[in-house]
Amino acid sequence: MMEVAIDIQNLRKSFDGKDFVLNGINLTIPKGKITVIIGFSGTGKSVLLKHILGLIRPTSGNIQILGRDLWSMEQKEINLFRRKMGVLFQYAALFDDMTALENVCFPLREHRRDLKLKEIVDIAMNKLKVSGLDQKHFNKIPSEMSGGMRKRVGLARALALDPEILLYDEPTTGLDPILTEMVDHLIKETHHVHTGSTTVVVSHDLFAAFSIGEHIVMLDKGTVLLSGTPDVFRNSDIELVQRFLAKGFKTG
Amino acid sequence: MATPYFRRKKDEMLSWWKTNRLEFNRKLDQFFGSLVYGLSQLFFETGQAFLFGTQSIRLIFQKPSRWDEVLRHMEFIGNKSVIIICLTGGFTGLALSYQIYLGFKLVNATNLVGPTVALGITRELGPVLTGLIVAARAGGAMAARLGTMRVSEQIDALEVMGFDSKQYLVAPRILAAFVSMPLLCAVFDFVAMVSAGLLCVKVLGIDEAIFWDKIQQWIEPGDIYQGMVKAAFFGLTFASICTNKGYFAKGGAKGVGEATNQGVVNSMVLVIISNYFLTNLIRFFYVITGLRS
Repeated sequence: MMEVAIDIQNLRKSFDGKDFVLNGINLTIPKGKITVIIGFSGTGKSVLLKHILGLIRPTSGNIQILGRDLWSMEQKEINLFRRKMGVLFQYAALFDDMTALENVCFPLREHRRDLKLKEIVDIAMNKLKVSGLDQKHFNKIPSEMSGGMRKRVGLARALALDPEILLYDEPTTGLDPILTEMVDHLIKETHHVHTGSTTVVVSHDLFAAFSIGEHIVMLDKGTVLLSGTPDVFRNSDIELVQRFLAKGFKTG
Repeated sequence: MATPYFRRKKDEMLSWWKTNRLEFNRKLDQFFGSLVYGLSQLFFETGQAFLFGTQSIRLIFQKPSRWDEVLRHMEFIGNKSVIIICLTGGFTGLALSYQIYLGFKLVNATNLVGPTVALGITRELGPVLTGLIVAARAGGAMAARLGTMRVSEQIDALEVMGFDSKQYLVAPRILAAFVSMPLLCAVFDFVAMVSAGLLCVKVLGIDEAIFWDKIQQWIEPGDIYQGMVKAAFFGLTFASICTNKGYFAKGGAKGVGEATNQGVVNSMVLVIISNYFLTNLIRFFYVITGLRS
């Protein structure tokens, strides 16, 4: 039987009390697989991701992450629980007054107080190397780095605490095709290195979805339009899915 | 001759009134509406900022401790404001003592220039000007920094990494402002009094012994404490307002700019308004405790 990492039941969210951005999402994200959430702009992909991260409180519905409901926990418990999740934000969200190495050390210094500074630095350097950042860039601050380098540092920071769930918010947005391919490759590599970890990618890049995704979810108007393997999508006769596939591959 | 003229003018005015009455009333409504809205918004935002500030500052005593962050922000708010505080204090002392000297010379009371300047500086100008300067310098920086962190998802990143963002970002800033402000106010008082003394004694020819002796005679430690208490309160005020504005900023660079602007303006207005009420409150406290008549 398939193990579940994230279970979302009838999730609804309205910011103004009238229009619902998410309108009854029912979704199960399997453990140990790469799930890609796709959809047109404004369908609620990023809002859904923020719900999974516990950054937005749902209007109604239930989200279970690794069998726990974030909103039934105390703040301290949430903070501890969040160690199990790592996120690569759209623009990496690096702390701009810290170097690449300091950015990766930061969560370790907070949550691994049992480690000495040298051990923390060693772990951080290892994560940066795994993410593919050249050592000569370790002491650069974000403003001195390119988009691709920032993504690598963001990924290393997300990996710092060896999370069970790794989430990517539009990881290839704003990158050129070569960098996009590199990031896709990085996501796949990271998933394989961290055996057993669950990866969730929010993207509108159809090529990425089909090249890295083992499980794809398509959102439309705040609901799940289709969920399944890439083959399920290829064989789907839903008009919107076909249009999205045709358009995506054409523009890609 | 005048009657037809005034009748014509009256008719013109009546016809203007009939034509523009609705527009005039609409503009009047708009003016008073925006005035009431602005005032209610100021009260609402002040209340919100104080709730935000008190909620945040409580978190400083929770584990893990953030005292290193408090010290770091104290260095920014306190140490890095010393030069500008000294400059402002020095020239305020010079200008105030000169004006008071000119006024008192008219009634042959130049002996009282020292204590008058000292009272004005320690009770009012010291804390208020320190509050305004530091609110503009450090408060603006706080709002801009937190606003940038919010719109670039750095605060989200902090939360996701298991940090309590209010405990890590907001509480240390508010506490640092609360502790640094009385110290800065003391620096302001000291520099202002020294510069006033130099001007009065070396340039205006007031006897040095009389100048300092009268100050000792009239000024009590309570006057200095009063200013320092006010400064601490102003620190709480501007730090709560500016961190609140920055923390909830949205809308990219424009939103950060607006948050910074509103944070600084609201802080300055509140420093001035609350100064009056604090003066009365402290006076009331001194009277009921019997510390002053």
